[in-house]
Amino acid sequence: MEILVCAKRVPDTSENEIELNASGNDIERDDVVYSVNEADNYAVEEALQIVAREGGHVTVVTVGSEEDEEVLRREMAMGANQAVLLSDEAFTGSDGKGIATILKAYVTKNHFDLILTGVQAEDGAAQVGGMLAALLDYPYASLVNSIEVVDAKKLKVSREIEGGSKEVNEIDLPCVLSIQTGINEPRYVGMRGIRQVASVEIPTLGPAELGVDAGTVGEAGAKVKRVDYFVPEAGKGAEILQGKREEIIAKLIELMKAKGGLK
Amino acid sequence: MTARIFAYIEHKDSLADDSAAEFLSAAKKIDVAASPTAVVAGSGAGLDAVCTSLLGSYAEVWKVGNEALAYPNAELVRQALVAILPGGSILLVPHDHFGIDLSPGLSIKTNSAFVPDVVGIDGAEGSYLKLVRQEFGGQVSAHVRCDISYGAILNIRPGAFKAQEAAVSGSIVDKSPLVGTLTAKRRFLEKIAVDGGGIDISKEPVLVSIGRGIQEKDNVGIAQELADAMGAVVSCSRPVVDAKWLEKSRQVGSSGKIVKPKVYLACGISGSFQHLAGIKGNPFLVAINKNPKAPIFQVADIGIVDDILEFLPELTNQIRETCCVPSGK
Repeated sequence: MEILVCAKRVPDTSENEIELNASGNDIERDDVVYSVNEADNYAVEEALQIVAREGGHVTVVTVGSEEDEEVLRREMAMGANQAVLLSDEAFTGSDGKGIATILKAYVTKNHFDLILTGVQAEDGAAQVGGMLAALLDYPYASLVNSIEVVDAKKLKVSREIEGGSKEVNEIDLPCVLSIQTGINEPRYVGMRGIRQVASVEIPTLGPAELGVDAGTVGEAGAKVKRVDYFVPEAGKGAEILQGKREEIIAKLIELMKAKGGLK
Repeated sequence: MTARIFAYIEHKDSLADDSAAEFLSAAKKIDVAASPTAVVAGSGAGLDAVCTSLLGSYAEVWKVGNEALAYPNAELVRQALVAILPGGSILLVPHDHFGIDLSPGLSIKTNSAFVPDVVGIDGAEGSYLKLVRQEFGGQVSAHVRCDISYGAILNIRPGAFKAQEAAVSGSIVDKSPLVGTLTAKRRFLEKIAVDGGGIDISKEPVLVSIGRGIQEKDNVGIAQELADAMGAVVSCSRPVVDAKWLEKSRQVGSSGKIVKPKVYLACGISGSFQHLAGIKGNPFLVAINKNPKAPIFQVADIGIVDDILEFLPELTNQIRETCCVPSGK
C-alpha cells in the first residue's frame, strides 16, 4: 500500500507559553520551540504499522518553507521512506483550501492508496484532510481511531464520536483519513535516527512542478484570513490561593469540606 | 446583508441537539434581522418529530427525508445539502464529530468559504464576516475575516453561543424530492459504546482529575492516593488516555464522559474547551497547575499555582491527618 502522510511543523505548546508579539499581529515566535504537530506523529506511526503488515511505502509531505524540513527528517527517522517539501512564496498565506489545493496537485502527480493527516493542528481547524478528499473526490473519515485493511479495495475504520463511542465504517480506497491521537503509540526517535537521515536529499516542489495556478493559493486565493491574534478580556477567573503551601492546603481543605468534597 | 442563513440541525432519538437553539443567537450576530432556516436530514417518524419540535423557534424548517439518511453519514448528508442549498448560503453546523466530518468537504463542493470552530461573531461588513476563533488550545484568540461572496460554512463551537428562544409559528417545507438517490464510498456499519470497566465517573460526586501535568504513568498513583483519602474517584483529560495511563472510560470531555460532580479537582489540566465541555452542573472547580496562564484558571472557582507532583502528596497527607481523626479528639 502506498501511503501519503501530510504533516505540519507547529509551535510546541508543551514546551512554550504562547504569547502575543508586541504588535499583536502574531504570536511571539522568537525562542519558540517547534515540533511536528502531535496528531501527525500518530498518523505517521499508523502508516508505518500498516506498511509493516501489508507492504508498501510511506511518503511524508508538508507545505511550508526550508525550516519545515526538520519535521520531514524527523518523520523519516521514524521510518518513512521518503519526504517531499512543497514550498514557494506563492503558497504563503494560504487558507485551508489553498493548502488542500497544493496537496491535491502533488497527489494527482503520484499514486497513493491512502492519505493520512493528523486530526488537527495548532489552529484547531481540522479542515485540510476533508477538503483534500473532496477536491480529489475520494471518500473521507475524520477522527479515526482504528484502521483495519479488509482487502486491496477497502478498509474498516472506526471514528471517535460522542461519549467516546466508536462509529465503525467501511471505506473504499483510495481515501483520506484524519487520525485521532491515541490510535497507537508513536515510536521514539533518538538522536542516532535523526543523524542517519540528516543528509538525505529532500525534494522541493513549487507551483511550476506541481501545476498549481498561483492565483488559487496563497494570500491571493484565500477566502479566510486571520486578521490578528488577541487575548480575550479575562473574566472573573479563579480566586488564586496565595501563601505558603501548608497555608494553601489548609485553606483548600476547609473549602472542600464546605462544598461537600470532603467528609 | 442578503445571504440566506441556514442552521443544520443534529438530532438523536427524535430530539434536536442543543445547538439548534444556539444557532438562533449565532444567526442574529451575523444579521440582526436574520430569520434562519432549519435544515433537518433523516428518515421516518423520528425526522418528522424533530421537524415539528422546531416549529416554535424556526420560521421555516426544511425537511430532508431519505432512507439512506437514517444514520447521519457525512458523505450522504453532504450530497443532500449540495442538492438543496441555494448558492451563496451561509450554513451553521455544530463543530463536533459530525461537523468536523461534514463541513470541510461540503465547503469545497459548494465553493464557499469554511471557518471551523467559531466561538464569536463580530458581524458583517459588506461581503465579509468578522469571526472569532481560538488557537493553541485556547491560549490565544484570533479575529478571522471571511469572504462570503460565495456563501460560507461556519462550524460553530457547541456552547459558545447562548441558547435563544424565538416565538414563531413555523412551517415545514419538504425538500426530500430534490435529493434523489444517495450513494457513498463510505458506509456506516455499527456503533460501539465504550466499556466503563465497573466505574462510572459520570455518577461520581467528587473527582480528582489529572491531565498532561501528571507527566508519567508512575505518577498516576499520586492522584489515586489523594482520591482514596478523599473518598473520590480519579478521572482525566485526553492526553492521559492517549498515553494509555488510564482507561478511556475515565476521560472527561466531549470525546469522553460528561460528568456532573459537586467538586472537581483539575490537576495539571490546561483546560481545553473539549475537556470543559464534559464538566456540567457547575461544580466547585479547583484548578492546580504550575502554569499561571493555563486557561483552566479562567473557569475555575479556586486556583492554585503549583507543581501537582509536589502539591498533591502533601495535600493527601494533610487530609489523612486532619480528616481521618475524629473531630473533637
